[in-house]
Amino acid sequence: MATNKEELSLLGVIGSPFVCRVQIALKLKGIEYKFLQENMANKSELLLKYNPVHKKIPVFVHNEKPIAESLIIIEYIDETWNQNPILPSHPYQKALARFWSKFIDDKVVGAAWKAFMTVDEKEREKNTEEVLEALQFLENEIKDKFFGGEEIGLVDIAAVFIAFWVPIFQEIGGLRLFPSDKFPKLYEWSQELINHPVVKEVLPPRDPVFAFFKARYESLVASK
Amino acid sequence: MADEVVLLDFWPSPFGMRIRITLAEKGIKYEYKEEDLRNKSPLLLQSNPVHKKIPVLIHNGKPICESLIAVQYIEDVWSNRNPLLPSDPYHRAQARFWADYVDKKVYDLGRKIWTSKGEEQEAAKKEFVEALKLLEEQLGDKTYFGGDNFGFVDIALVPFYTWFKAYETFGNFNIESECPKFIAWVKRCLQKESVSKSLPDPHKVYEFVVEIRKRIGIE
Repeated sequence: MATNKEELSLLGVIGSPFVCRVQIALKLKGIEYKFLQENMANKSELLLKYNPVHKKIPVFVHNEKPIAESLIIIEYIDETWNQNPILPSHPYQKALARFWSKFIDDKVVGAAWKAFMTVDEKEREKNTEEVLEALQFLENEIKDKFFGGEEIGLVDIAAVFIAFWVPIFQEIGGLRLFPSDKFPKLYEWSQELINHPVVKEVLPPRDPVFAFFKARYESLVASK
Repeated sequence: MADEVVLLDFWPSPFGMRIRITLAEKGIKYEYKEEDLRNKSPLLLQSNPVHKKIPVLIHNGKPICESLIAVQYIEDVWSNRNPLLPSDPYHRAQARFWADYVDKKVYDLGRKIWTSKGEEQEAAKKEFVEALKLLEEQLGDKTYFGGDNFGFVDIALVPFYTWFKAYETFGNFNIESECPKFIAWVKRCLQKESVSKSLPDPHKVYEFVVEIRKRIGIE
């Protein structure tokens, strides 16, 4: 139960899909916290102290106790604050939610990034294929408005990467990663997600994120 | 109505071992089904259509895939016996963090050790030992990673011990001399019947790795 005495902070960068996941979870629960913007090219003492193992963001700090890894942070938030549950309560449904969230991390995120940040045609093709295969599984999985049912849940939050970031990569790189004609249900889901009242408030403005990734892509192309 | 629990597994898989240990810890009766990974059963393909991998836990006909997810599922369903995760959310998050660390580091680095040579192998060995040392630091003076009680991180990690003989032989190094506290922890775990009965003989695993190396053409 959050009280005035709770000290909550989130170390992150605006524009990171992993940080965004945690912000959605916090907003959903109505939890107030301090956002500490990191510079990944010059990591703060605090970040190195709170995540010495991976030195990555997001890191959520609750009364000076740090938790790292976005999906682990979300489970922690869900277990600590009971309002607006994010994970299902039924053990089997919970296991499925964890499975699909992990699937997104293992099969979509890495491949999408590799398909985008490469000038090697073969690498691009191979990773694009992987993303399309993975998205097909998700297309077959979506049965309601959201993966979580009528309301967003763990999988929807994990998949915000697909709804907001993949289309940006697609546009910059001229890729066919998430074609709406191939994945009509998933496309509709993505629109519902980015327009969801909580998600809409948390998502970063598109233009600066677009500009950031475009600059990274262009510097990669220039260096080859 | 009795619970029907089936485990689709492959004897040298450290991921399968995690579930075996958990089922033993909870005293759950189950049917063990050995899969031939070069000829996967229809049941496996139907139960894990996404990854087509073992282990798969099937509870009353419903499949749960991914070893740590299955372990947590067992914990959630059979919550009244032998808890394997701490009750406090912060300590649970820490347990999940370290189990995730094991997943990210130990398997892949170990695999690199027995499949590569030269500089690549040396780098993998170095990183592997560093990872074990970090885990030793985490363990500290505790009996188990879970504290006084054997728990989630212990279950996630101890199965990889069965592959150490293979790593040591092909990597030409000695893990106990580098990480004595780690091996001392392993020995404590092996004193538990749930662990000793769930883990194969490291020598058998070593022979299995010799076979695989021949099969995939590593000299």
